Amino acid sequence: MSAPIRFRLNGTEVAVTAPPNRRLTDVLRLDLGLTGTKVGCEAGDCGACTVLVDGAQACACMIPAAQAEGTQIVTVEGLAAKGEMSALQRAFARHGAAQCGICTPGMLMAASDLLRRNSRPTEDEAMDALGGVLCRCTGYRKIVEAVLDAAANRPEASPPPSGEAVGARLQRVDGLPKLDGTERYGDDVAPADALWLRAVRSPHARAIFTLGDTKALRAKYPGLARVFTARDVPGNNGFGIYPTIKDQPVLADGQVRYRGEAVCALVGDRATIERIRDDELPIAWQPLAPLMGCPAAKAQGASAIHAHLPDNVLITGRVVRGDVEAALAQAAVTAEGAWETSFVEHAYIEPEAGYARRVGDRLEVHACTQQPFAHRDEIAQVMGLPPERVRFIASAVGGGFGGKLDLSLHPLIAMAAWHLDRPVRCVYTRPESMASTTKRHPAAVRGRWGADKEGNLVAIDFDGDFNTGAYASWGPTVATRVPVHASGPYKVGTARAFARAIHTNEPPAGAFRGFGVPQAAVLHEGLMDELADKLGMDRLEFRWKNAIRVGDATATGQVMEHSAGLAACLEALRPHWKRLRAEATEHNRRAGNGHASIRRGVGIGCMWYGIGNTALSNPSTMRLGIAADGRVTLYNGAVDIGQGSTTVLQQIAADALGVPVDCIAQIVADTARTEDAGKTSASRQTFVSGKAAELAGLDLREKVLRLANAGPKARIAIDGRRLRVKDGEAERTVDLSALKPDLPGGDVLTGRGRFDPPTKPLDADGQGVPYATYGFAAQLCDIDVDVELGTVKLRRFVAAHDVGRAINPPLVEGQIHGGIAQGIGLALMEEYIPGRTENLHDYLIPTVGDVPPIDVILIEDREPLGPFGAKGIGEPALVPTAPAILGAIRDATGAVVRKLPALPHRVRAAIKATQGGTQP
Amino acid sequence: MAYLRPHSIEEAVGALAARPLIVLAGGTDHFPARVGPRAEEDILDISAIAEMRGIAEDDRGWRIGALTTWTTVAQADLPPLFDGLKLAAREVGGAQIQNRGTVGGNLCNASPAADGIPPLLSLDAQVELVSAAGPRRMPLADFVQGNRRTARRGDELLRAIYVPRPGHLARGDFLKLGARRYLVISIAMAAGVIERTGENTVAAARIAVGACSASAQRLPALEHAMLGTPIDKSLAMRVTPAQLDALAPIDDIRGSGAYRREAALTLVRRLVGRLAAA
Ligand SMILES: Cc1cc2nc3c(=O)[nH]c(=O)nc-3n(C[C@H](O)[C@H](O)[C@H](O)COP(=O)(O)OP(=O)(O)OC[C@H]3O[C@@H](n4cnc5c(N)ncnc54)[C@H](O)[C@@H]3O)c2cc1C
Ligand code: FES
Ligand code: FES
Repeated sequence: MSAPIRFRLNGTEVAVTAPPNRRLTDVLRLDLGLTGTKVGCEAGDCGACTVLVDGAQACACMIPAAQAEGTQIVTVEGLAAKGEMSALQRAFARHGAAQCGICTPGMLMAASDLLRRNSRPTEDEAMDALGGVLCRCTGYRKIVEAVLDAAANRPEASPPPSGEAVGARLQRVDGLPKLDGTERYGDDVAPADALWLRAVRSPHARAIFTLGDTKALRAKYPGLARVFTARDVPGNNGFGIYPTIKDQPVLADGQVRYRGEAVCALVGDRATIERIRDDELPIAWQPLAPLMGCPAAKAQGASAIHAHLPDNVLITGRVVRGDVEAALAQAAVTAEGAWETSFVEHAYIEPEAGYARRVGDRLEVHACTQQPFAHRDEIAQVMGLPPERVRFIASAVGGGFGGKLDLSLHPLIAMAAWHLDRPVRCVYTRPESMASTTKRHPAAVRGRWGADKEGNLVAIDFDGDFNTGAYASWGPTVATRVPVHASGPYKVGTARAFARAIHTNEPPAGAFRGFGVPQAAVLHEGLMDELADKLGMDRLEFRWKNAIRVGDATATGQVMEHSAGLAACLEALRPHWKRLRAEATEHNRRAGNGHASIRRGVGIGCMWYGIGNTALSNPSTMRLGIAADGRVTLYNGAVDIGQGSTTVLQQIAADALGVPVDCIAQIVADTARTEDAGKTSASRQTFVSGKAAELAGLDLREKVLRLANAGPKARIAIDGRRLRVKDGEAERTVDLSALKPDLPGGDVLTGRGRFDPPTKPLDADGQGVPYATYGFAAQLCDIDVDVELGTVKLRRFVAAHDVGRAINPPLVEGQIHGGIAQGIGLALMEEYIPGRTENLHDYLIPTVGDVPPIDVILIEDREPLGPFGAKGIGEPALVPTAPAILGAIRDATGAVVRKLPALPHRVRAAIKATQGGTQP
Repeated sequence: MAYLRPHSIEEAVGALAARPLIVLAGGTDHFPARVGPRAEEDILDISAIAEMRGIAEDDRGWRIGALTTWTTVAQADLPPLFDGLKLAAREVGGAQIQNRGTVGGNLCNASPAADGIPPLLSLDAQVELVSAAGPRRMPLADFVQGNRRTARRGDELLRAIYVPRPGHLARGDFLKLGARRYLVISIAMAAGVIERTGENTVAAARIAVGACSASAQRLPALEHAMLGTPIDKSLAMRVTPAQLDALAPIDDIRGSGAYRREAALTLVRRLVGRLAAA
């Protein structure tokens, strides 16, 4: 069948010559150049590739080209008829339904299938229609709202006036490309002539191997340009997050430490590298007995995974304050318990992707990342090049959550492009992404908490083993952050907390929304519930009584000076708590006569989270420039991974400079054109880069005012090539075209801001000032448990978050919704098992039907250090969710689930274990 | 590499008789099994064979073409006998899967967790296979032989599924247990049909459980115990653990074997209770 395949695409007849079994996603993206249709799995699991075939939604990744023959296909590019956004797309924009945007084309297509048949759907109908599209960012609620609101076709709100951007319910400034399919993610940027790279990965968790001569392979496959091995790494064949720990090889050199580790890389044309099976490579494996799980790695006589760490302990973090044994011995009540969590996969819908090319004696890498500057330096180090000769340009990022903080394909494509002097692209398959990239640390946490008889927390004792997998990655960060947060957001005089990061032959555990704190929170909230019960106190009131407040010292001896809003969060939850508790009691009483299989419960979780790096410098620098033609540009080195930093930083810069927010353009995350804003992690971009943007705006403002000889209250207006500066009655004009355009970017004026949050190093006992500020939150959740099946149905969340100041309330709500959705996954379904759950049907993340209504309450206890009083929200959103769910299960059934996720069989087993015990 | 997309069954079985070919229908099991590097394959795409699509009815019962999609099943105008199959149709993946995935593909793929198999067992379905040598029919229970094993020979296609017309008023039902709301592989599922007499007693009962053994199974001991008994609240009490003894649930990532056995009992009790109350 070499005849062209003909079909109608977005209303136009097309004829493509393609192999008949080629996936329609590839036909659309590669043969026809329409990259709006996204690929997240090629297995029907994510729905990112959803298109309409003869009006009905279908996954293009499972349609062979031949089956397109004679059909009508509509993709996201076909939605904006004549360049005008459809009502549905506009509703998505209004509701903030796209964060990273990688799921958005699929969501839009699934929704348009529904809306064609039914313009006023119910919520259930909308959920049924969207059930096959996964979103990892939004928690789905805003997507469903947008679909239900599409028919209303509301008018656009006008942008806020000068000086009123901060706090406004502004749409994302980078939103439109996410809605019409033009956003360019890692797999959308490569030039047409790029070669393709595929890494060959270890099927063994631990092995030594030899790689034979690949000459025969190259002879068999003329399309194979080269096979790269460890020997081809020009610089240091080791990378890692910490300056002194470069333990992870780009390509393994004779030994592998986890399943999924890259051993060589095939580069060639796409058809060739996809046809070569791993078993065709001349690799002789000698598998060794792997160490799976911390107990195996800690066991007496266990072999060392890294020779320099004979006990497999990478690092132990500690915080010690006072005599814990004595304080616990004197406590009126104590609670003790242990919990275990699993590997959790980030499951961003965009797998790692990008391309690299050589430009003379320089390298250029275009790819997904959460920290372009650190990636530039790391690639340089691996390539043996000075950092100035590497340029990193971040593609749009289809979700990160910590998983794109580490290098993945970057050194491979960089090395291949360098050696071959050809552009080289790569995109991970879903199983490859899942097997090879970092995870959330599985944790085994134990603790004993004590309170006096008045209900004051007096001492906490915490110990945790964190499985950091084969390589260090962010293990040290987790081990130092966890002990600081082990007490939870409570005032406690005496504390002892240890957290160990332990190497195993499992995937490297790295950064994942919360750096170990969500695992620790499962323990502190579980024990807080138990203490409250023992004291006969209400679980919320017990937390309120112990909430850390301004003037209180933390376990590291840091005195809270400002912005400690936990008590306010709990006060805001109190009426909801009382009402939902009363309803649950009533439900269970009535259910007593009949539907005893469903029991209702309400749980609560509290959290705190230090914003920015733990007692380490983490500066950000922002620049704001004005060009001769009056264009204002924010040079913003911070990657927006969907959370909205691009929008927030623009709002802050606009108000600091004193111009309308919509007159600023941006250059984002290009190491050649922006300055280092640090990493998009640790919930730091609003707080740290936001402050830098504010300072940059103020700096530029001062320069403008000086030129205009105006006072600090003057108003600035941009009028073409002139700035009009109005100071009281006087108006002065600054003629921009008279100034020299000799600043970077061709600007005539520039403001620069740098901020590094003030911290003090931790001493040997973990005493010091690890963070400049903390976010606080309390969430409650209302659930039904089917006690016979052990299934949990979430009914509602109420989430109160102290964010200091919400620069953009819809974005904050979006973070909270998305954090809760990931918390639901952590609590109820997500369990990564190497070799077993390396796809999105065995590894389950929440679907649209798994996230209940969420009421968000924003507490704004201003942080004087932050921009306009703001702190961070990215990670705080997720931390209290799992504890709230576990508390609700306990409230409903009396069962304490000790191993997460609380899959139905574990919940059922826990319920059975309570039989004979007391039922609440 | 060959890729054939015939429009008639004759052409298709002719090609199959000539050489081995991978059969491709809706592709929703086919493509997920082919992520990453793979060798080239010779494919017989049967999706253009119109006569294998759709549901037809005559005096003896119903014929469901193997290429009938789950969406077509869910939207079809069918009596309450099919309520279980229709519920299952709405639980196979999400809307995208239901729009393209076929009933025949689900049976031929023969996953232990295939949602189509228990309801069709409870409908007493027969399958019709066809090759160049002609057609043959067999009960679905004989066709599905184990985990991804069927009685289909390499030169055969599954052409249609036949559901006999029951002798009495009948209703079906289906219950699926999974760890999330949409797009979920069943931990366990139960499907059933009860035919009722004029006196409102059980004239016939067919109950099947899926994902609790290598292939879904009917529960003959339970079906027998229900025969002739009144259809009321007491019916669910006829379900006993011993009737599920033949199941052989395994431990896997979705649940433990012991849990599955217990959950299957709960599902079957609830299913029978719902059927009795309907
Ligand atoms: C995201 C996702 C979710 C899913 N969820 C579910 C679920 O919840 N429950 C469930 O049961 N299944 C589920 N499936 C599996 C699948 O969708 C169904 O089994 C579907 O019915 C398969 O039909 P198909 O036409 O797509 O099969 P195909 O993929 O085309 O074929 C499947 C197999 O059957 C063979 N075959 C197909 N038709 C014939 C025929 N007429 N004659 C001979 N051989 C044939 C093929 O050779 C192949 O081996 C899911 C799949 C995906 C991708
Ligand atoms: S890419 Fe098609 S469903 Fe994920
Ligand atoms: S916005 Fe849905 S996956 Fe990012």
